[in-house]
Amino acid sequence: MMVEDYKITSFCSIKDNKVIVDNKVLYVHEEQGTVKEFTKAIYKSLGIKYPKFYKMDTLCKLGFLATEALLRNAEKPDNQTALVLSNRSSSLATDRIHQESIANKEDYFPSPAVFVYTLPNIVLGEISIRHQFKGENAFFVSEQFDAKLLTDYSRLLLDTNKASNVICGWVNLDSNKYDVFLAIISRKGNTILTEEQLNKLYHT
Amino acid sequence: MADLQLELKEKIIEQLSLEDIEVSDIDDNDPLFGDGLGLDSIDALELIVLLEKDYGIKLKDPKEGKAIFESIGVMAAYIENNRTK
Amino acid sequence: MKSVYIVDDSIISPLGFSVEENLQNLKNNTTGIVEVKDTSIHTDSFYGGLIDEKRLTDAWDALSEIASYTKLEKMMLLAMQRLLDKNPQLDITRCGVLISTTKGNIDQLKENNTDRAYLDTLASAIQQFYKLGNSPTIISNACISGGLAIAIAKRMIQAGHYEDVIVVGGDLLSEFTLSGFFSFQAVSPKPCKPFSKNRTGISLGEAAAATWISGSIKNTNISEVVEVVGEASANDANHISGPSRTGEGLYLSIQRALDEAKVSASDIDYISAHGTATPFNDEMESIAFSRSGLEDIPVNSLKGYYGHTLGASALLETIIAKHHLLANEVVCSLGFDELGVSYPIDVIKKNKAIAMQHVLKTASGFGGCNVALVLKKVSI
Repeated sequence: MMVEDYKITSFCSIKDNKVIVDNKVLYVHEEQGTVKEFTKAIYKSLGIKYPKFYKMDTLCKLGFLATEALLRNAEKPDNQTALVLSNRSSSLATDRIHQESIANKEDYFPSPAVFVYTLPNIVLGEISIRHQFKGENAFFVSEQFDAKLLTDYSRLLLDTNKASNVICGWVNLDSNKYDVFLAIISRKGNTILTEEQLNKLYHT
Repeated sequence: MADLQLELKEKIIEQLSLEDIEVSDIDDNDPLFGDGLGLDSIDALELIVLLEKDYGIKLKDPKEGKAIFESIGVMAAYIENNRTK
Repeated sequence: MKSVYIVDDSIISPLGFSVEENLQNLKNNTTGIVEVKDTSIHTDSFYGGLIDEKRLTDAWDALSEIASYTKLEKMMLLAMQRLLDKNPQLDITRCGVLISTTKGNIDQLKENNTDRAYLDTLASAIQQFYKLGNSPTIISNACISGGLAIAIAKRMIQAGHYEDVIVVGGDLLSEFTLSGFFSFQAVSPKPCKPFSKNRTGISLGEAAAATWISGSIKNTNISEVVEVVGEASANDANHISGPSRTGEGLYLSIQRALDEAKVSASDIDYISAHGTATPFNDEMESIAFSRSGLEDIPVNSLKGYYGHTLGASALLETIIAKHHLLANEVVCSLGFDELGVSYPIDVIKKNKAIAMQHVLKTASGFGGCNVALVLKKVSI
């Protein structure tokens, strides 16, 4: 089988109160507060105008913002871009809110606007709507960041022309702790995609 | 009635996460859906929950919502006539 | 590209604990959806497809002495074990294992057993039961999870990651999901009626299913097998819960799956649709089928038999489609009376025999996701 090299074209992380794109700090949050407040501050600092942002749950906000940061100076990926995201906690942050709303039979008012976010792949939907991506979607859940799965699966999508580019990564939120790392995988750039390289970038 | 309309505007902004919108931006007669506030199908479902939770009104058919949620004015009049709490 | 086959499968559902029992019930047009009075799930009675607790417990006790597994884990492990029992040559420790589920052990959240509600804990339970070297890979992609998992299994085999993959899918009928669908005004007050004029929403169900996907055929005692010849997923890029008004993502996924299979719409002999029976979903599917030139192809939805089994549904329905393809028989779209979608799709009203070579399986879900699979019957 012919083996083509793909590149990690660009990457972005949101962790420890910082948004970092290609090793450059894009935003630092100086205040202590909730993740929700942090995401709002990032939204403002990136100068985005997208009222739907406020309706998203925090997991979606994180995935959305990481994609915005990643793509703000990049060539706009076409609509065959695949989204391959993963995390450990699925949508549990929002699951807990929905569960609370049905815990008491006397005060039983589940909210449709909450329930719709009780699936982790909604973040793929939000990013697809924003960027008009109509390609492959997959949401994986694993105990920790799985560079091998993301590398192998991205490669396979590109090898089989099922995708023109891949945005892959990790978007986790649990009890006010968050960890986000996204990368664009394509044929452009200088950093060759390997499992080791992706792992290294995630851990920096 | 004016109090109820103001209350509804505040609740809608809060419940539907319309962070960029102020009470003063919503006219009593503005359409809530379509070109108005740009609400969507999930918002409509959320308003059905709001009617039940805050005013004790349970719609028999969710399709009734379309007429009731036409504007703040129409919604307030409906609540005024049908509220049980 | 390497050929990939659906070799064998198993089902644990309200319609039976074996594939044969499920097929017989389908043939008899028996539904698993009944009126349920269980206040731990919902205050009022509702219609849904629940697995009988006693039957599950008995089946489990015959398999293992360990009682600490959750209901869903028992369902999934039973499905896997039945598949393995039928195929002693299959060594699970050498297989890739994919799990498809939307909510996993979500019932445990209510019990404040939060650790158990994490999906990787479910994967660990399966890993430990079979002493697997690696943790199974979990796919959680709303209502297309089961179909997407088959597509991913095929891709992994073709890319050389594995020669054999076991896909196991499962979801529960829980208070968590039922209450959410009620808040969406999307639950039918009677057993659901896919594609019908008077449809008002879904019925929920629960099930587990397992399937063995392979890059080679090991059973030498069979003359025909089913190959996965095309598959694709696509996003509507339109709305996170409302089905696309143009059927965009489903249309695109069908086109890509047909392209990969190198067949045209007219080569499809039967469609196993998603057909949840919500007004907007079924309408969207009719639009996508019409756009794809599939209006005249016989189509059904199995939701009238099982209800919507979420992360298991597309896997369960692909397994049934495979057996119907091999038998050249399809069953009526249970609950259907009068066509209630805009395009004149050919909903199957009575069980019938159809000579089939190609079958299309589709699914769509929240998040705007869609998947299409093209199955082909091949002689060996």
